[in-house]
Amino acid sequence: MSKATIRIPTPLRSFTGGAGEVEVEGATVGQALHHLDRRHEGILSRVLDPDGRIRGFVNIYLGETNVKTLGGLDAALPDRAVISIVPAVAGGLR
Amino acid sequence: MSDSIPSPRNHAATATTGPFPPLRFSSLVQADLIRRAVAGYPHEVCGLLIGKGTAAGVLVERITEARNLRTDRLADRYVLDPDDFLAADSAARREGLEVVGIWHTHPDHPPTPSQTDLEAAWEGYSYVILSVRRGDVADIRSWRLAGSRFAGQPIEEIS
Repeated sequence: MSKATIRIPTPLRSFTGGAGEVEVEGATVGQALHHLDRRHEGILSRVLDPDGRIRGFVNIYLGETNVKTLGGLDAALPDRAVISIVPAVAGGLR
Repeated sequence: MSDSIPSPRNHAATATTGPFPPLRFSSLVQADLIRRAVAGYPHEVCGLLIGKGTAAGVLVERITEARNLRTDRLADRYVLDPDDFLAADSAARREGLEVVGIWHTHPDHPPTPSQTDLEAAWEGYSYVILSVRRGDVADIRSWRLAGSRFAGQPIEEIS
C-alpha cells in the first residue's frame, strides 16, 4: 500500500470542499481513485464510467505519464506518487 | 490588429450574461491573447487561462498556448494536448495559481460556443473565444457552462 497525492482539477473541487489535492492510499492507480471516492463521495462518477473505465473526457496521469501507456488503472503506484486528474479539453467552431 | 476591437467592458454590456463573477484580466493579458490568435490564423489556436478566484471575480494572471492534436481539422476543431495541460497545471500550482479556464479561436466565425464546444465543456471553467476575421481579432467573449448550455460571462479589464 502506497501513499499518493491526487491533484483535483478546478471543476471537480466541488466534491472536495475546494481542496486542490487529496492524500490517498492504494497499491494501484485504480485503488487510489477509489480511496478518493470514499473520502469524497461521488467524485469517481465524474472520472470513471459505470463499467469502471476512465471516461473519454478525462485523462489520468501518474507523475508526468498518461496511465493509458502504463496499463491504465492497474498501473502500480510507487510511494509518494502524484496522480493528476486532467480534464480533456476540446471544441471547435463547428 | 484591428482598430475596431471592442473593449472587454463593452463585451460585457453586449453579452447575454449568466450569474457568474466576471473574468478579469489586464490589457497585457488581452494583448497576449490577441497576438497568439492572430499568429495562428487561419488555424484554431487554443490554450489555458492561469489565475485564481478572488472576491472580485476570476482573475487571469497569464495565459498559456497548447498544441492542438486535431491536426486533421486545424481550421475548425481543437483537442488540447493533455500533456500541455498537465505541464501548465503543474506550473500554476507551484505559483499558487490554477487553471481557471480555456481560450480558443474561431477563425472567420463569431465568438459564440458551438455544439462541439458545448459537448466538451466543464462546469467551473471560463471559456474565452476570440473571433479572428481575415487575420484580425474582431471580438472576444467569455462563457461558462450553466447546466446544459453556455451563458455569457462578463469580462473586466483591469490595470
